[in-house]
Amino acid sequence: METETETQGRTFDVARVRKDFPVLEQTVHGKPLVYLDNAATSQKPLAVIQAEEQFYLRDNSNIHRGVHELSERATRAYETARIKAQEFLGAKESREIIFVRGTTEAVNLVAQTYGRAHTGPGDEILITAMEHHSNIVPWQILCEEKGARLKVAPVNDRGELELEELIRLMSGKTRIVAVAHVSNVLGTINPVRAIVEAAHARGIPALVDGAQAAPHLPVNVRELDCDFYAFSGHKVYGPTGIGVLYGKAERLEAMPPYQGGGDMIASVSFEKTTYNTLPYKFEAGTPNIAAGVGLGAALDYVNAIGIGKAAEYEAELLDYATGELERIPGLRIIGTAREKAAVISFEMEGIHPHDVGTVLDQEGVAVRTGHHCAQPLMDRFGVPATTRASFAFYNTKEEVDALVRGLMKVKEVLG
Amino acid sequence: MSDLRGLYQEMIIDHSKRPRNFRALADATRKAEGYNPLCGDRITLYLKMEGERIADIGFQGAGCAISTASASLLTEALKGKSRAEAEKLFTEFHALVTGKTDDGAELGKLKVFSGVSEFPIRVKCATLAWHTLKNALEGGETATTE
Ligand SMILES: Cc1ncc(COP(=O)(O)O)c(C=O)c1O
Repeated sequence: METETETQGRTFDVARVRKDFPVLEQTVHGKPLVYLDNAATSQKPLAVIQAEEQFYLRDNSNIHRGVHELSERATRAYETARIKAQEFLGAKESREIIFVRGTTEAVNLVAQTYGRAHTGPGDEILITAMEHHSNIVPWQILCEEKGARLKVAPVNDRGELELEELIRLMSGKTRIVAVAHVSNVLGTINPVRAIVEAAHARGIPALVDGAQAAPHLPVNVRELDCDFYAFSGHKVYGPTGIGVLYGKAERLEAMPPYQGGGDMIASVSFEKTTYNTLPYKFEAGTPNIAAGVGLGAALDYVNAIGIGKAAEYEAELLDYATGELERIPGLRIIGTAREKAAVISFEMEGIHPHDVGTVLDQEGVAVRTGHHCAQPLMDRFGVPATTRASFAFYNTKEEVDALVRGLMKVKEVLG
Repeated sequence: MSDLRGLYQEMIIDHSKRPRNFRALADATRKAEGYNPLCGDRITLYLKMEGERIADIGFQGAGCAISTASASLLTEALKGKSRAEAEKLFTEFHALVTGKTDDGAELGKLKVFSGVSEFPIRVKCATLAWHTLKNALEGGETATTE
């Protein structure tokens, strides 16, 4: 009789997928590399590496400004990537896609434009206790400048957002609600649709930090109805240096520009400058063109795999890894939400994560240790740091087994 | 594995699990805090100086095995030493953990940290207590190994 896993394993051919990622084929300290730091950055398939290489080998030129062939090719390649990002997010129009450096810049952009235009003394910005520093600090800077207050919705012991509490904190003074779609520490998938609905019912716009969701879940911004959605190219199998801010066209139209410079203007004189149309109004200066092209290739790659299928496979990996890790005495998983992506943070009794990370590294297993840019969340769970294993669709159950063996070695060396 | 055993020598594990002089000094004349933002290690070092001599020393805090053991062994090594001797030991210790020397003749027990030089990212853990000591001696406030 076939088990369910075997049946599913056949629909997702992980061995074939792994061949697309050259970096995975190496040994580290004499052991096969087991890369479980995907929440920090994912590896890149050959198609992405080649797209960037081909751009520099054949098409390199600046965009939107030359009449020559190369400039046209470069512009076309970059704008095609924008359309791919639009389709990836299910956005209505490509002018709603702003290219930025990454999630961090996307949040800063919204805080510095929408935020500055709409926030005054006594106003409030609402976030959650599980945010990444990049969805905390830009709002703190805004609050400090404007005399506004940062409100923080709590999470429960499982690492789930307390939705009622978040909604209770929405008030007539709330200028924006900014929440992570998926927590980079806990793996928690937040009920973003419900959050946006509750915010809109009170006339509050919502920004979603999709850095950890875009690589692992199907995302449709029109279904979510969020006003802003941000993600980073490098976590969705694309290059570093490129990311996306989606904004509803009418919101973006009404916002002041972010940075000033070339490309974001329609005309300039010393008396008056008129700004360019969307999305260029928010894209001052020469962007990371090659990375944009690489991101387009990454989104093609993810679409070919099928993000739904990948999510299913990752859920299977998560289940397996959770079961195996729970059997290790003294290991406590932090973040046990019912809706969870394939991220496992944990602590080991009496052993500091830094030491866990060093021993695992010697076994070829790459994990992240530390506060994961979420210090307030560490405080919430009363730990200075955790060890985090985060999975991608190219990881395997054998790699989970290698992690478990590594943790046994940790106990042997440090126990 | 040999590298790992070189790093986590028995004495280091012992001191990390049972740190010596792990206490606040009520009569401390100097105190400094050290913080490694990368891994969240935090220590507070207490000194009781009698003139130029370290009459008593203690620490508190939470950190990885390397930083805890380093702080513990530091307190053992420095009790009764002069300020100049302490500074000289730091120089030698630093050279040892960064692989600039494997001599460290005067380091005594502290030589147990020689394995750290094979793990460059752990140098900050091994030296956190020492940077904090330097600040305490110089009357500064917070040390950071960033
Ligand atoms: C939830 C979350 N938000 C934001 C970020 C910041 O992304 P980036 O560093 O690519 O701007 C990260 C990355 O670690 C993240 O995990």
